[in-house]
Amino acid sequence: MRKLTCIVCPSGCSINVNQDVDPWSIVGNLCPRGIDFARKELTNPTRTVCSTARTSFATVRRLPVRTRGEVPLASVRSVMSEISRLIVDREARTGDTLIEDVVGTGVAVVATADLADLMEEEDCDGRPICSGD
Amino acid sequence: MIVRNVDVAVLGAGPAGMAAALAAARGGADTVLIERESHLGGILKQCVHDGFGLVRFGEKLSGPEYAGRFVRMVREAGLAVLTSTFVAEACRDGDESILMLVDRRGVTELHAKAVVLATGCRERSARQVMIQGTRPAGVMTAGAAQYYVNVLGYLPTTRCVILGSGDIGLIMARRLTLEGAEVLGVFEAKSIPSGLSRNIAQCLDDFGIELHLSRTVTRIFGDDRVEAVETAAVDEKMRPVAGTEERLSCDGVILSVGLIPENEVAEALDVPIDPATRGPLMDQNGQTQVLGVFVCGNASHVNDLVDYVSESGERAGAAAAAFVAGRRTRRLLPVIADSTVLLYAVPQFVDMDAPESGAVVYFRSREELGVTVVQVTAGGETVARHRYQHLRPPEMERLEIDLSRIPFDITFLNIGTESVAVAEVKS
Repeated sequence: MRKLTCIVCPSGCSINVNQDVDPWSIVGNLCPRGIDFARKELTNPTRTVCSTARTSFATVRRLPVRTRGEVPLASVRSVMSEISRLIVDREARTGDTLIEDVVGTGVAVVATADLADLMEEEDCDGRPICSGD
Repeated sequence: MIVRNVDVAVLGAGPAGMAAALAAARGGADTVLIERESHLGGILKQCVHDGFGLVRFGEKLSGPEYAGRFVRMVREAGLAVLTSTFVAEACRDGDESILMLVDRRGVTELHAKAVVLATGCRERSARQVMIQGTRPAGVMTAGAAQYYVNVLGYLPTTRCVILGSGDIGLIMARRLTLEGAEVLGVFEAKSIPSGLSRNIAQCLDDFGIELHLSRTVTRIFGDDRVEAVETAAVDEKMRPVAGTEERLSCDGVILSVGLIPENEVAEALDVPIDPATRGPLMDQNGQTQVLGVFVCGNASHVNDLVDYVSESGERAGAAAAAFVAGRRTRRLLPVIADSTVLLYAVPQFVDMDAPESGAVVYFRSREELGVTVVQVTAGGETVARHRYQHLRPPEMERLEIDLSRIPFDITFLNIGTESVAVAEVKS
């Protein structure tokens, strides 16, 4: 019997899986997504990796990024090291691909904010001003 | 000094304030959104992890993505937005509120017919939890650590302990680990964790970080910089147990020991505060005891989900616009929460004169409970009822009431558990 906490939504259902029977008995989930989660968690657990990337812009040190889909849990560390080598040198927008296929997972790393928006700072009359560092 | 008049002034451009300003403008009010930071989005800007927006957008977004969607809506609606603008003073003048705004140009006296407070909450600091020892660098709240890592790109610690098991602390345990710091453990003085179960699973269990319940940090060592902490087990009365002390070498102590609604402006406007939520007393649309002053989001009570923060903002904004348009009468029924089972329930009042027929009640249980039926009763009649698989203090629950079912002669509502049904379900 394996006890899992579902991470699909904030309900965080406590799911019990009996792998000694065929098909597995899966109980405790409030919705069908819990069954898919439990199956995947015990065969090939995956996670979304969220982090930040360095930029070449002085006023925006980090750009929030994440994997577009989930990557194998075992590859989270190597995904992080590839992200840590990334330097964003263009005004990427939310959803823009920054790494096409991160460490061979087939999953892209995308921006989750607009770099230009993070940079722009306006005065009260809406004129762009130079932000101090 | 410039004097300006406006229908609705919304304070704070986080997820609550942006939703409130959009709703107020949609309701026809001349609205201004005021933000002290240079960018819109509030704390979501630094919450780079995902899990936001499942209720509202049906997908798991990161904080900046969730904020970004509202920022776009604010721009598309052409709302008047004042960034890098502080409210230095606030007071009431007859039916209006006067806000003294300070920005790069100087001071503006803003006269607002209605104010929506969307000022969010603050983290409980080291001074609010009694820890013995010196005050070296390296002691910081989880939110401060999050700002260092995610916005500034600095790693503020290489080896740390986390005190308290709130969600931001759990999120930061994972974030610091991923960025190469060593997290020695999460210490929670209470016997149950404060954060969501899924965050314990995905932020601690995934990385083998231990959660120590009924154990706390009792001392911090170090002069200029944290050098070590002493942890100890605590008894039921939260007193350290002699002989259980353990010293851990580290250079950081990250605090995740609770959030408190930020209500400095509310107090300046003479808004009465509820000691249970530490936010203003309010009705289902966020209107406080002061007519024309509304509150929403984490300023009203600390939420777990941003989706509900935006929801409360929308209700407050729409109601503020309706207030400006002339709606003045209120018939308030107190909502009395059974404090033996519920930590709190909000709103504290329902306004039976509000045109909307529905109200949403949010509540938290005092203790962890199994299958539980929670109901709202008016006199002898049940007006809302829901069966929950479990209730846990960290998880806020939501219950909708159909106000049209409340008999006219009722003077108050009760919210509590239905004990008979629980016994039936359990057997």
